[in-house]
Amino acid sequence: MSLLLFTSLVFLTSVLAGLLGALTGLGGGVVIVPVLALLFKVDLRYAIGASLVSVIATSSGAAVAYVREGLSNIRIGMFLEIATTLGALLGAYLTAKVTSHWIAIVFGAVLLFSAAASFRTRSTPVAQAPASPLTARLELSGTYPSLDGEKSYSAQRIPLGFGIMFGAGTLSGLLGIGSGAVKVLAMDQAMKLPFKVSTTTSNFMIGVTAAASAGIYLARGYIDPDIAMPVMLGVLAGSLVGTRILVRTRAHVLKLVFALVIVALGCEMIYSGWTGRI
Amino acid sequence: MQPPSHPGPTDKEIDLSVAAMLRFGVTLAAVMVFIGGVLSLSHPSRAVPEYMHFHTNAALSTIVSILRGAFHLDPPSIIQFGLLLLIATPVARVVLCVVGFVRQRDRLYVAISTAVLAILLFSLIKAGR
Repeated sequence: MSLLLFTSLVFLTSVLAGLLGALTGLGGGVVIVPVLALLFKVDLRYAIGASLVSVIATSSGAAVAYVREGLSNIRIGMFLEIATTLGALLGAYLTAKVTSHWIAIVFGAVLLFSAAASFRTRSTPVAQAPASPLTARLELSGTYPSLDGEKSYSAQRIPLGFGIMFGAGTLSGLLGIGSGAVKVLAMDQAMKLPFKVSTTTSNFMIGVTAAASAGIYLARGYIDPDIAMPVMLGVLAGSLVGTRILVRTRAHVLKLVFALVIVALGCEMIYSGWTGRI
Repeated sequence: MQPPSHPGPTDKEIDLSVAAMLRFGVTLAAVMVFIGGVLSLSHPSRAVPEYMHFHTNAALSTIVSILRGAFHLDPPSIIQFGLLLLIATPVARVVLCVVGFVRQRDRLYVAISTAVLAILLFSLIKAGR
């Protein structure tokens, strides 16, 4: 395969991954890594490096749209970034210590979890429990607009949320993904934050988390220009288009199709890792 | 969004300035990567790439050598330079948050955001040489 043909195919695949990632809220990274590794037979380390770069592009590129909604909470995001960036350093360190069979298996498991998570209901009832002293000290509260006016929220179970965020950061650094599904889980399930606040704050955090492992990836040579170039440009273009479409459609069918694709990729990754083909 | 006790810009104002900067940074990075990509693909001596097996290339994995290569208009180095700009956008995001919290005189969050910045710089120093 010539360089031009390879680049074009990877670019088109990345556009599709970015588009579907934005429409389903799972991000492009979870699709592009298995596709590169399984279909294009790219070394897993290059696939992870290219994906990580595209994750930063998507997060920073979508920030304007999210900020305009005015729902992200920069204090909650910044506080939890201590956990995610430390986790990302650990994850990036682990990629050099763990064999690619294991990385493939963990990746497959995360794919299966992400597919399941994309079907969770988006209306978690927000607990109106009084703020704990820790929540008050860390200022982890805020208000958000709802149908019945401004509603206030405050973070619960902060140590649990912080711990899950550390795990989300580790997965991000290990697998080169944004791990948005785990971040949202930490915020809306563990810390009982409103779903919209969780998703927009999660986007804010994804880029910073990924940047924490990017330096280590670069130093190790995981970020190869020939492969990162089409992936970064493609995922960015696809996700920007996807974010626009999302405003207009509800994308239920697409979501189901995408979830099935993710489940298939997840099973294939686990199988390939288990049998030592990756 | 924010407790009323802080002076200076509101959280939303900090957020908006950060988002505008991010869009600029990503656009610049994407243009740079695109230019490097076009040059790289039109380079006549480019052979079929080797992706299936991992190999390291020292000239493309440290910040100093990437800058040197980009200065000499080496296409892969231009792509890497664009990717470096991209990696810098979340770092700049945290820097702007530190500045915002300083202006709000929120000492706790100045400390928290500085800690995050230190972790990011630790990672980038790894790629420094």
